[in-house]
Amino acid sequence: MSQFLLSLLSGIFIGGAAGFLGSLMLPKRMSLAAGPLGHLALPGIAIALIYGFDISLGAFPFVILGIVLIWLFERRTKLPTEALTAVVFATGVAVAFFFLPIEQAEAALVGDILSIQLIDAVFSIALCILIIFIVEVIYSKMTLINISEDLAKSQNISIGKYNLIYLLLIALIVALGVKVVGGLLTAAIVAIPAAASRNLAKNLAQYKFLSLSFGVLSSAAGILISHLTLLPAGPLIIVCSALLFVVSTILKR
Amino acid sequence: MNNIILSVKDLNVRLNGEEILLDLTFDVYDGEVLAILGPNGAGKTTLLKALLGIVPHEGIVKWREGVKVGYVPQRLPFIKDLPLSVKEFFQLVNASKGETIEILKSIGLGEEILGKKIGDLSSGQFQRILIGWALASNPNVLLFDEPLAGIDIGGQESVYNLLEKLKGDRNLTILFVTHELSIVYRLADRVLCLNKRMLCTGAPREMLTPEAISNLYASPVKFYQHKH
Repeated sequence: MSQFLLSLLSGIFIGGAAGFLGSLMLPKRMSLAAGPLGHLALPGIAIALIYGFDISLGAFPFVILGIVLIWLFERRTKLPTEALTAVVFATGVAVAFFFLPIEQAEAALVGDILSIQLIDAVFSIALCILIIFIVEVIYSKMTLINISEDLAKSQNISIGKYNLIYLLLIALIVALGVKVVGGLLTAAIVAIPAAASRNLAKNLAQYKFLSLSFGVLSSAAGILISHLTLLPAGPLIIVCSALLFVVSTILKR
Repeated sequence: MNNIILSVKDLNVRLNGEEILLDLTFDVYDGEVLAILGPNGAGKTTLLKALLGIVPHEGIVKWREGVKVGYVPQRLPFIKDLPLSVKEFFQLVNASKGETIEILKSIGLGEEILGKKIGDLSSGQFQRILIGWALASNPNVLLFDEPLAGIDIGGQESVYNLLEKLKGDRNLTILFVTHELSIVYRLADRVLCLNKRMLCTGAPREMLTPEAISNLYASPVKFYQHKH
């Protein structure tokens, strides 16, 4: 299989899974959360680039570490999450710049999906299918939790369990997302497709479908244009999805 | 009416170091409609949540075995952020289309509302949908927080009638929190006056004398805090 097709397929799956999961993050007001998590994955990405293994593999433990640190600080200090997130993610970026190989900085910051290896692509696509499947399974319960935790509890839904699954999915999608759009832009791949979809959807089924589709479309378009123009794919994907968002804003009745 | 469906003994709730409910003891009987009255901050909503077991509490809250409790919360501010149709709202609790239509009929709404967005409903329609939604899991007991809050007069009348009808049709036990004395007179078999502690309980016409009402609402909410 050609390198281009491999990148296109991986990008489409990661974009679709990110858009789909993003549709759960939007009503929870967590769209931005993927941004800081992507930033603080940068040391892990740097290590992966230095030792030549898959950057998602490097990013994942750092994302988990970040989530755990924010959670621990929050419990201990009772400071607002956003302040603690700022502390943790800025530290991640700062540390990464001590040893990030400068010639590979672009790949770390804005992604490098066009040079994905076969084994990494297969692994990523499999993970994306798993993520989409799990999101679909937890969607009703998470929606109920998003509407009202009290209402969900009155239906005997274990909020802790679902939130944990949900956070793990976010960590996974951020780790996969850095491959496509780098450590800087991960917020955009979860936030923009869902926001555009929210503009147009008349019901939940449409909202889910459009979020996933917009994720797929913008990834496909970005990678295609990158192939033709040699501009970096990550930023192109974000620009394409931003264009979709603008169009959705115009079409919104 | 001698069949106890809920028994509460020495119920205490403390949230963030503040006493919200103190030493509540009462029973609720099968098929009874109990109105919980009290000023703002009296702990009415917290009491419902304690009965549901969704806030930490001390003391005993004992439902009769096998009882299913439905809950209609006071406000759902986030639901309008979602593009959710009425049909999909019912699907969240796995209600089939047939069941949903059946419930809609019993709350006086037609099938055509299924495709409507929750955010586009009138306040009265939304309240009835919430009641219907709570009924989808076939509860024996309905806990209801401020059934008439924020609903226009026409909508209020329809919610009244619906509750009256449900009380008759389904032999539901209903506990509701309210500020509105009119609904208490019309619906409740018994009232429970609450201001952190239980101040009175009994039949509405005996309990709700002008004096008792002014006592209940005039007693400053912060009164009991001085003791701690």
